[in-house]
Amino acid sequence: MPKVVFITLDGAQRVVDAHAGESVMAAAVRNGVPGIIGECGGNCSCATCHVYVGDDFSASVGGANDMEDDLLDLGVADRRDNSRLSCQIKVTDELDGLTVHVPAEQ
Amino acid sequence: MDAGTLIVGASQAGLQLAVSLRDAGETAPITLIGEEPHAPYQRPPLSKAYLQGSTELEQLWLRAPDVLANSDISLVTGERIQTLVLKDGGPSGSAFTAGGQMMTFDRLALTVGARPRRLEAPGADLDGVTYLRTADDATLLRELQSDAESVVVIGGGFIGLEAAAVARAQGKSVTVVEAADRLIGRAVAPVVSEFYRAAHVRRGVDVRPGTRVTSLAGKHNRVQAVELSDGTWIPADLVIVGIGVVPRTKLARQLGLDCAGGIAVDRYARTSNPTVVAAGDCTVQPNPLTGSGQVRLESVQNAISQAKTAAATLTGRDVPNDAVPWFWSDQYNLKLQIAGLSGGHDRYVVRGDIEGEAFSVLYYREGALLAVDAVNTPGDYMAVRKALTQGATISADAAADKGVALRELIVPQAVGA
Repeated sequence: MPKVVFITLDGAQRVVDAHAGESVMAAAVRNGVPGIIGECGGNCSCATCHVYVGDDFSASVGGANDMEDDLLDLGVADRRDNSRLSCQIKVTDELDGLTVHVPAEQ
Repeated sequence: MDAGTLIVGASQAGLQLAVSLRDAGETAPITLIGEEPHAPYQRPPLSKAYLQGSTELEQLWLRAPDVLANSDISLVTGERIQTLVLKDGGPSGSAFTAGGQMMTFDRLALTVGARPRRLEAPGADLDGVTYLRTADDATLLRELQSDAESVVVIGGGFIGLEAAAVARAQGKSVTVVEAADRLIGRAVAPVVSEFYRAAHVRRGVDVRPGTRVTSLAGKHNRVQAVELSDGTWIPADLVIVGIGVVPRTKLARQLGLDCAGGIAVDRYARTSNPTVVAAGDCTVQPNPLTGSGQVRLESVQNAISQAKTAAATLTGRDVPNDAVPWFWSDQYNLKLQIAGLSGGHDRYVVRGDIEGEAFSVLYYREGALLAVDAVNTPGDYMAVRKALTQGATISADAAADKGVALRELIVPQAVGA
């Protein structure tokens, strides 16, 4: 099982076992990671699963897709170059150890 | 001993209420009880990804059971509460399960949801006539669908159309029968209804608005054909009924709570007995946009928002449920996103390309922005949602120009508008 590492505002690390094929958001919500809400269940409709992708992974994860772009622009408090909606990041074995930072607010 | 809070209904609303209580610092016991044999899960994918077979139930869990246990939330599955009794009018009381077990509580929350409206027609009890509300419903449907060739969907609402889209994508022959003269009539304007009719027809679905099912016929107790009100018979080895839901009000009525098409609650999720809260599809509430008139909102957004409100009420804080409603529906490659409530509109503006399947419809009443239906235009959806959340507006005349992004057009609501 690939692992995803969530780093919350206070610097605390939370390591979650994810299923390959599911989204980073789904793994976070099921495991109760604070600060990842995911109200719409991964439909790119709520913009409440915003994360900042860790530097080591930004190339392999890639940038926001078209669907996500407007939601990030309009729906999140502090969009940065490494902003993604975690419902749009699919967990794969290659992304094992993926590190994402949880923003101050959703 | 402190009996804590009993939340009846291990639904999206029930789960959220439990989690929000803990988040608010509640330390007393919390028991979440549901009649389904599963941990609380997301329902929307049941008519989409789950039905297609591209996800499994465990991946739809709203919280893993061990995560709930770590939060000291007691989850009881496979148990139905049959009777509720309040002591001296509440908030404390007792609950009795169908199995005869008694549970006591200090405070009570009802998140009991709704059940599918049953089809009333001769033959409606044949095998192969299915409903879609629970994970078990979806699992059965998924199995039956793999062998089916001809699928008849009764009801052209969101559930019916999403199920039709899945069946069609699997190459089945699909007919949608809708009694009203247009699809999704309760949620969208005629222009959007017509778009969905045409979109399904383009993809090979036989859509029959203004038509009822008068009887179903079968062999060896298994459905084979459906008779329509115009006298035609359509072959059907699988029938999916999606004709709306009925809120579960039996327990509320036992307690003497006001019910009118749902359990009546105020903006703070309080029932007519202010010591008892309720949230989700089972409730009717003041319209969160206008504050007047009662509405029943069947959506994840409302379940979550109202459950948070109910948790706040139980912990002595007043947090009204006045979030802007939003909703989505996935059919084929069409993503519909709705923000606001369009009921009572007197004008609408179409933006974009209906034929090209990327457009939005903005709704207004007396010049005030009410809502958007956005098909494959998430930017328009998000801009209207943001405007409504801020109490701002977007001029109807300006919105029609697709050349300008809606987000550039958000302006503060004019005084008196």
